[in-house]
Parts: sequence; structure tokens; C-alpha cells
Amino acid sequence: MAAEPRPIGPEPNHARRFGAIWVIATLIATPLVVVLVGPILPPGNGSEQAAGHVTDNTVLLAMATPVLLLVLIYLIYASIYFRQPRGGALEGPPVRGNSRVQSTWIVVTSLLVLSLAIYGTVRLESDYGAGSGSGPNPLTVPSGPKLPVQVIAQQWAFTYRYPTYGGVETPHLVLPVNQMIELHVTSLDVIHSFWAYQLGVKADANPHVDNVAFVKPTKLQTFNIRCAELCGIWHGEMSDLGHVVSGPAFNTWIHQQVVAFAPATKVLPPYSTTYLPEPTRRGE
Amino acid sequence: MSTTTAAAPSHPDPTRRPLWRRLIGFNLLTAVLLGVGGYYLGWWLGHQVNGGKSFEYQAASDENDVALLLAYVFGVVGFLIGLGFANYPLSRLLGRPASLREKEHEGIGRYFGLCTDHKVVGIQYLVGIGVFFFVGGLNAMLIRTELLHPTPTVVGPNQYLSLVGMHGTMMMGMMTSGVLGPFANYFVPIMIGARRMAFPRIEALTFWLLMAAGFILTSTIFFGGFPTGWTGYEPLNDQAVMGMDSYIIFFTLVGISMALLGLNMMATIITMRAPGLSWGRLPIFVWSVFATSILMVLAAPMLIATLSMAALDRTISTSFFVTGGGGSSYLFENLFWFFGHPEVYVLALPGFGIVLELLPVFTRKPLWGYKLAVSGMLGVTLLSFFVWQHHLFVSGINADLRPFYMLSTEIISIPTGFIFMCFMGTMWRARTTFTVPMLFCMGWAFNFLLGGLSGVFLSDTPSDTDTHGSFFVMAHFHYTIMGGLIFTFFAGIYYWVPKMTGLRFNERMAKWHFWLMFVAFNSTFLPLFVLGMKGMPRRVSEYAPNLQGLNTWVSISAFVLGFSMLIFLFNTVYSLIFVRRPAASNPWGSKSIEWQIPTPVPVNNFEQIPTFDSDPYDYGTQPSIGGAEPATAGA
Repeated sequence: MAAEPRPIGPEPNHARRFGAIWVIATLIATPLVVVLVGPILPPGNGSEQAAGHVTDNTVLLAMATPVLLLVLIYLIYASIYFRQPRGGALEGPPVRGNSRVQSTWIVVTSLLVLSLAIYGTVRLESDYGAGSGSGPNPLTVPSGPKLPVQVIAQQWAFTYRYPTYGGVETPHLVLPVNQMIELHVTSLDVIHSFWAYQLGVKADANPHVDNVAFVKPTKLQTFNIRCAELCGIWHGEMSDLGHVVSGPAFNTWIHQQVVAFAPATKVLPPYSTTYLPEPTRRGE
Repeated sequence: MSTTTAAAPSHPDPTRRPLWRRLIGFNLLTAVLLGVGGYYLGWWLGHQVNGGKSFEYQAASDENDVALLLAYVFGVVGFLIGLGFANYPLSRLLGRPASLREKEHEGIGRYFGLCTDHKVVGIQYLVGIGVFFFVGGLNAMLIRTELLHPTPTVVGPNQYLSLVGMHGTMMMGMMTSGVLGPFANYFVPIMIGARRMAFPRIEALTFWLLMAAGFILTSTIFFGGFPTGWTGYEPLNDQAVMGMDSYIIFFTLVGISMALLGLNMMATIITMRAPGLSWGRLPIFVWSVFATSILMVLAAPMLIATLSMAALDRTISTSFFVTGGGGSSYLFENLFWFFGHPEVYVLALPGFGIVLELLPVFTRKPLWGYKLAVSGMLGVTLLSFFVWQHHLFVSGINADLRPFYMLSTEIISIPTGFIFMCFMGTMWRARTTFTVPMLFCMGWAFNFLLGGLSGVFLSDTPSDTDTHGSFFVMAHFHYTIMGGLIFTFFAGIYYWVPKMTGLRFNERMAKWHFWLMFVAFNSTFLPLFVLGMKGMPRRVSEYAPNLQGLNTWVSISAFVLGFSMLIFLFNTVYSLIFVRRPAASNPWGSKSIEWQIPTPVPVNNFEQIPTFDSDPYDYGTQPSIGGAEPATAGA
């Protein structure tokens, strides 16, 4: 390297060599990432939506891997081969651009980005919001029977109302398996966010807003619920456990709840998509 | 050109006055005295005017937002008057001759007051912002100490949230000017062949506003801190104690400072370029400053307006954001992120500029794809105003528009990709010397790559459902902001401080700083992606016990990261204060004009305005000096 006077003379064909390294690395790494990392990506297969997220995350990772390798291998390659020799004062070639490389780059990145956006949109809308909070009137709504469950957030706990069971409100979230759930997330004070980790559900709880998310649990399990939006000092403690149980077990449980909370249900305000408590100003 | 006059001020040299005479007048001492005076005046006034319903409550609990807000505002006004910012407009009003340029010929004292020399302001910025950068970093160390254990141990949850809020707000607020403050103020006028900024007094104002803001944010600890993090979401904002007012005033002042700084930069770059310096010959760093300035001017007023509404909600019980009174918490989120997303590009863009400016020098090649780099920066600038609701994908706001925001967010990676292409193109068959600034540029490339690619997961709504509000987001923006901005900030320091001070850093320590910082940075923030994916939300001091192992690893790495900053600090004190080895006049062999003029740079920069006949990237042709040819090089 050090002996070369100017870099314009015969040098190894860097473009071909670098390209070959990158292609080989991509061909090896991308399937490995899909096979090895894909299955352990969050949030698991607790629901149709969660399983969809795993697929999405795997696809995105598979698309990101060649880009990551391209730049990474380039940085290493350039650090090795395009160095100034020790004590040298050589100038590089006075190249100010290459329209073919530039236009290829623009076309390829644009295609990548467009395909990402189309993929994301199709996945989002075909999966009824993919477990995310989709506002009061979601664009796509699953057909068939749905179990509505209201999630009411307040500082610093979640409670749950089942409007089809007399509007009973309980501090526990139990859901039947293989049943489309229609979550209505709202808040009584500040902004919270209902995050059912294993179900792939996250929906902000805004005061006076009905934020709907659809989820279909597919696995009997206990799942973690956390608040994902800073809501004051006990934000970190605002967590809960939910349960996905079989259909009959759910029926038994909900009827127990209806009986147990009957005195409370009588004095609750009637079921509504949002509640507007007294405006809480400091000091009032 | 408006830079032809160089009339030296006619007042007598103030350094010869006796000490007692120098202490009286418009200086930092007066400013602090008037600031404190103004503070107590506002406090007293606030208690006089505040009545009505909220007064009863505030009397009962010693909470008076009106008083604190007035105290801060009066304090800042007093501080600025004390520095002498009112002298010029008052003299003009009274028809007296006004001093056109302030303190430019004083000795060391010019660094401690209102000085209109852009080079002095640049150094003031570097030191001032540096101090608050270390305060913010110290907060991060305390946060990581708390997170060594899954339940609150060292600090309570309230103090923890205050630390998180102060860390985030300090960094997002002060570091917005992290590059533009020191480096753009110092070098943009030189790079465009001007003798000063377009509005030198406003330039000084932006710095002193920022300093006042920094102290106000730090003072939040006396008023209970604030629980909202840097986003200040309503209605938690409305519910919070008086410490929230510190946040409101801090960010308002930062917003004013940003908007003025951006305006000043734009005016300077548009109107004061030397003959021959066409837009196509502008150094790429100046382009990045220009793009950033557009963002600052357009985005910052939104922040000021939003926080003013929040302040009104908190004091006179308006209901912009209070649901029960007819307002909406969505409104705050919308307005805040309309500022907030351009804001993150305000942090990223100057980094792009520094990297692409330094790269040709160390690769000994012209900048590859100059026009592409410029269009990349301008493209990011434009697009960054169309992506803000990607912060609200799961909030339920305008849910039908999510495909649009997904698309616009992903499109912004195209112009960002241009920067990477220019980086890679410039390195192609180059003759790279891996000096310390170059190492930091390489660090930027690695970090920003990971930051950008992790952003793909966040821009995709289904994927974002898992990662939103988790440590994954936190890791993502630390990779783009700390890995992007702070690494280039240090690249700029190691590259330009030898010019600014005429002294050189100890290179061995500088290399230690880089390697330790780079390794510790990645060791700190890579595991955070995993923690986020495992379900750890942001801003919690309590977490699942099974995550303690990773958290401990992260904390220890963070302490090492903090230690690497101490190496830098030690190196700075050691090299620039004690050893003081003079730097070569052009240690990097740069062809940019700032390295062709004498060190220290004369007050008027150039005796004669230079003319330009090419951009400063004329490497790889002949070893002689190309680019700018200053008429008085070496004079």
C-alpha cells in the first residue's frame, strides 16, 4: 500500500471485492437473523396481533440487515484499505461524485422505503390496527362477535368494565381465549397508556377519549400489563397481571364478578365510552 | 457587502480603569444583582396580584405559580439589563450615540459579559453549554445509580422523575445550540468571509438567554421538580407543583434563543457572503447551519406558544389543555411534537454538517456528492415538519392518518441516506488519516447507522405498538442524538478548538477519550434495545426483577461513559490551562478559510474581505492551497 505513489494506478478492483464481501455476508447473515433471532423477537405469540408483530419485526430485521452490513463492512473495509500510509502525505483521487452510483442509491432507497410503507400499511389495516390504539372510530373493524372490555386508567391503577355483563367494573382483567376483544381505553385524569405486553396491545388512555384496540388472544397465559406513558410519581408501579382463560372459565369468572361487585355496580355511573369527572384543578 | 466598515470603537480602553471602576457598570456582577432583584420583585408582585380561587389553595400550600413565573420573567429581564442589553435601544431612543460594538477590545473580561464579537460568543457558548452538558450528564449518572436496583433505593420516585425530567430537558434544551452556539457562531462568519454576524447584539442575547434558562431549569429542585419528563405532557403538567414553572420558563427562553439564533444565522448566511462565495461554493457545514436555522425559526415559536398556553392554564385557569374545562390533552401533544420533531433534527443536522466538513480534510479528497449532501439536508428540513404524529401512533389521535405518517417518516430516511452516501463516497479510495476528529466522525457513522435502523422499527406502526414508550425508544434517540450530535460535538471540539485557542490537546488522552466513550456508549445503549423489547417502559424507577442483570450492566457501562467524559475534562484542563502547547497554524492541512487566517483570529477577522473561486474541498489535485485565497493570509 505504502509504495503506491498515486491511487489512480492499477489497484485491486475495490468495488468488485467490496461488493462480493457484502453479498456473501448478506446471504449468510440474513437467513441466520430470520431463523435465529426472528423467533425470539417480542412480543411472542400470545395473540393474533402479537404473532403479527413478530412477523413484522422479523421482516423489518431482514430488510435492515443488508443495509447494516453494507455500511458496517464499508466502514471496516475503508479503514483497512483506504488509509494514509504512516507518515505519508498523499492526496486522494479528486472525484466529486458518480451520477450512476448516486441515482442507483436514490432509486434503491426509495423502493425500499416505499415497500416498507406499503407493507406497514397493509399489515396495520388488515390486522385491525394490529393491537394499537386506533382512536374512537377505527378504520378497519373485525367482523363477527366481539367482546367489549373497557380499560379505565387513573393515577395509578387500571380498572376494567364489561358492558355486556351489566357494566360490572373489576380491578382484574380476564379475557377468554380465541375471542376477538374490543378494548375501549380511556382515562379519568392524565394520559396513561395501556400496555398488555404478551398480547401486543398498546393504547394510550386519554381523558375524555375512547381509544379502541382489537386483540384476539390465542394462548392461555398470564400476561403483564404496564403503564407506558409517564403519569406521575407512581408511573413505574402502575402494573398489573391479566389472564387469558378458556371460554367456560371466563363465563364462570365473569358471573362471580357480577355478583361480587353488584353493590358497587349499582352506584357506578352508567357505562359510557368516556367519563368526564369533575375537572381536577390543583387545589380545587 | 455590508462588511466594509471596520470602525474601531472610540471609547477609551476599559482595561486600564481601576478595579472599583470596572466593578460598577454593565457587567456580570450587575447582571446577577439585578437578576436577583428582579426575581424578588416578581415574587412580591405575584403575591400581590394573585387572588381568586387558586389563591386560597396557594395560600394553604405555599404554591404560587403566578409569583414564580413573574419572578423568573423579572429576574431574566433584570439580568439582561444588568448585562447591558438595554443600553443600545435606550441610547437610540434618547438620540444619544450608541456603542456599536461592545467589549470587543477588552481583555479576559470580554468573556464575562455582553460581547458582540462572534468569536467571543462562540467560546462563551462552548464553555457555558459545556457546563450544563456536564450537569445533565450528572443527572444521567444518578438515574443509572437508581436503576441498579429494581425498586426505589437511592432516590424516591418523585426525585427520580425530576432527575429524568432535568436530564432530558437540559440535554434537549441546552444542546440544541450545542453545535450552532459554539462552532457556527465562531466559524460561519469566517467561513463566509464576513467580519461579524448580521446581528451581533442578538447573537450575544441568544447566549445569555440560554445561560439564564439553564440556571432556571436547575432551580426547579427548589420548587419540587417536575414529573413530566422533557415532553411536559398535559394534563400532568397542569397537575404538577411549582417546579413545572421552571420547565415552562426554561423551554420558553430556549425557544426564544433558538429562534433568534436561527434568524441571525439565516440573515448572516444570506446577506453577508463574500464575493465569489455562491451557494454552490458554501462549505457544507454552513449549509447544515442554514438548514438547522430554518428549522429553529419555524419550530421554536410553536414551543413558545404552547408553553405560554400551559402557563396560562396553570396560573389564570384557562383551559387550553384541561379536558374538564373544554380543552384537550391531544392539543398539547400535537403542538408539542410539531415543535418536537423538527427539534430532533435541529440536533442531528449540525452533526451531519460537521462530519461532512471534516471528512474531506482527513480523507484528502473533495466532498463526494456535494449537491446531494445539500439536498439531503434541505430534504430532511422540509420533511421533518410532516412526521410529528409518529410520536402518537398508539394515542388514538387521527388514527386514520397513520399510514401517511408512516410513509413520511420512512421517506425521511431517503435524504438521511444521502448523507451516508456522501460519507461513504468521500471515503472511497481515500487517503484517510485517523486523527481524533476523524475517529469521532467514524463513531458518528456507526452510531447513527444503528440509530437510524432502529428507527425503522419505530416508524412501522405495528412494530411501534411494542416499542413505543419503552426503553427501545430511549435507546433509539440516544443513538441518534448522543451518538449523532455529541460525537460530532466532540469531533468539532478536537478539530476546531486548536484554532479557537491556539493550543493543542494531548492526543493520547484524546484517543483514550474516544475509544472509551465509543465502547462505553455502545455498551450502555445496545442493551437498552433489548430491555425495551423485553417490556421495560421509559421513565420508571421500578422494573421487573428479571431485568436487573441487564440494568446493572447498563449502569456500569454508563459510569464508564461518564468516566470517559472526565478524561476529556482532565485533558481540557491539563492541555489548555497548564501545558499550553501551541497548535500548528493549520495542523490538519485543511483548505478551508478559517485555517488560513492568523491565530488568534483578529477582531475583524480579515483586513480585506476575501474572494472565493471554489468550494473549500479542492483536495486531491495539487498540494498547494486552493479554495479561498484570503488577501491577508498570515498578516
